Amino acid sequence: MIVRILGEGQYDLSDDAISALNDLDAKVEAAIEAGDDAAFHGALATLLDGVRTAGVPHDADSLDSSDLILPMADASLAEVRDMLDDDGLIPG
Amino acid sequence: MSMWQRISLIFRSKANKALDRAEDPRETLDYSYQRQLDLLAQVRRGVADVATSRKRVELQVNQLQGQADKLQGQAEQAIKVSREDLAREALTRKSGLTQQIADLKTQQAQLQGEEEKLTLAQQRLSAKVEAFRTRKETIKATYTAAEAQTKINEAMSGIGEEMGDVGMAIQRAEDKTAQMQARAGAIDELIASGALDDQSQLNRGDDIARELESMSSQSEVEAELARLKGGSAPAAIEPGGDILEEETKTPAASETQDPT
Repeated sequence: MIVRILGEGQYDLSDDAISALNDLDAKVEAAIEAGDDAAFHGALATLLDGVRTAGVPHDADSLDSSDLILPMADASLAEVRDMLDDDGLIPG
Repeated sequence: MSMWQRISLIFRSKANKALDRAEDPRETLDYSYQRQLDLLAQVRRGVADVATSRKRVELQVNQLQGQADKLQGQAEQAIKVSREDLAREALTRKSGLTQQIADLKTQQAQLQGEEEKLTLAQQRLSAKVEAFRTRKETIKATYTAAEAQTKINEAMSGIGEEMGDVGMAIQRAEDKTAQMQARAGAIDELIASGALDDQSQLNRGDDIARELESMSSQSEVEAELARLKGGSAPAAIEPGGDILEEETKTPAASETQDPT
C-alpha cells in the first residue's frame, strides 16, 4: 500500500505494517474527537514515525495515487479537523 | 472509517473536482500540464519569498545584536569608572534586547524550516511533473480518445494528489511567513522610529554614553584646572600632559592596562 505523509511524500508499506499501524491511527482519531491537543500531537508523531520506519520511500517519479493519506508532522488539531471536514483547507 | 482513509478520500474528491474535463480527454492532459508548471513556478516563488523573510529577520538579529554588544561595552566601561548604576542601566536595556533577539532567532529557525520544506516540495513536484509530461506524450501518441480515458485518470489523480499536497505546503508557508512579516515589519518600524534605539543606544541609550563622556570630560576639566593651578608655579610650563593623562584615564586606564 502507498501511504502519503502530507508535506513529506509517499511511502510503500506492507499490508501487515498497515494493520499494525491501524491502532495508532485510531489513537490519533480518538485524540481529535476528544479535542485532546497533547494526546493528538503525541499520537500523530508516533504514527508518522511508524510509517517512516516500516515504509520505504515510493518512487519519486511515479504518478501513483496513495491509498492512505496522513497529516503533516506539524499539523495542528484544528487543521486536521478541517481536513476531515469536506470544506476543509485542502485546496481544490 | 479510519482517519487516514477519510483524509485520502476527501483529498481524492477535491483533486477530481479540480479537473477540467475537455471534450477530447487528451486535451485535459495539456491543460493539466500547464497548471502543473504554474504550480511549480508558484513553489519557486514561495521558496524565494520565505528566503527573503528569513534574511530580513537575520538582518534584524544582527542589528539588535550590535546594539546589545554596544550596551555590554558601555556596562564594562561604566564599571571601570566605578559607576555601577550606569552599568546596571546598560545591562537592563541589554537584557530587553536579548529577549527580542532570542524571539527573532526562533522565527529565523522556523522560516528556515519552511524554506527547506518548500524546497523539498519543489523537488518532489518537479519529478512528478516530468513523469507526467512523459506519460502525457505516450498517451497522446498511442491511444485513441476513448482508450485514453483510464490512463488519463490514473495519471491525473496521481499528479492531482501531489499538487494538492504542494498547494497546502505553499499555503501554510505563506500563512506563517505573513505572520512573521507583520512582526518583522513592526520591529523595522521600531528601529526606524528610534523607539528601540531609545531602549538601547541613540537617545536614551546615549544618556549612558553621555554620562560616561561627561565623566571623562569632567576629569579633563579637573586636569586642566590642575594644570592651570600648576601653571602659576614656575616649574609648570609643560607638565599638564602628565596630569591630564593620569586624570582622564584614572580608574579605567588602570584596568584596561591590567593584562599587559
